[in-house]
Amino acid sequence: MNILYFAWVRQKVGRSEETIEHTAQTRTVRDLAGLLQARGGGYGEAFADMTRLRAAVNQVHVPLDTVLAAGDEVAFFPPVTGG
Amino acid sequence: MNPNIHIQAEDFDVSDEVEALTAEQPATGAVATFTGYVRGDGGLSALTLEHYPGMTEREIARIAAEAATRWTLSGVTIIHRTGRLVVGERIVLVAVAASHRSAAFAACEFLMDYLKTRAPFWKQEERDGNARWVEARDSDDAAAERWRKS
Repeated sequence: MNILYFAWVRQKVGRSEETIEHTAQTRTVRDLAGLLQARGGGYGEAFADMTRLRAAVNQVHVPLDTVLAAGDEVAFFPPVTGG
Repeated sequence: MNPNIHIQAEDFDVSDEVEALTAEQPATGAVATFTGYVRGDGGLSALTLEHYPGMTEREIARIAAEAATRWTLSGVTIIHRTGRLVVGERIVLVAVAASHRSAAFAACEFLMDYLKTRAPFWKQEERDGNARWVEARDSDDAAAERWRKS
């Protein structure tokens, strides 16, 4: 899966994207976020409070309990502030 | 109705965009436009806008398609700038062409409300040399939410 980060999430984790293999540990978006949070450091900070984060799978806004599949593009970001 | 959607660093010319929107559209009787600017309140000097390439265009196209199901529109242009913009610069344009003003006004407001809550853009503010990410506002969510009830 291709994982993308935007705004302060990108700054805290220190990169804009990475590849993570889809496994039994990444069944849902929330599982993936938990796995990333467990890395600690900037990841630990970025994913500490999931109420502050939003996610998209394959460029569509999704809830955190969305089930993931191999090859998905998953993005994590704060609530949007355009316009 | 095929919306014109542009995500760009460059500025835009509102009258050129309105001209293009109304060209060869004899059914158009009204155009409503909204232009958003960088507002210099509280010592703000500039904004830097980041977005999610690909998803931004898709999400705006989805919002425009939704507007077209609610009102009869003859054209929609949405331009959103990215990168660093200083106070007074244009950020966003929503221009809606329709037969009558009520549809043009309503669709323009609907598009802005949804753009603010759905399109994946993030603003970073510069104040007194410090950069800070803008927090999403509940009032923007409420503005978008009211279209759900009507």
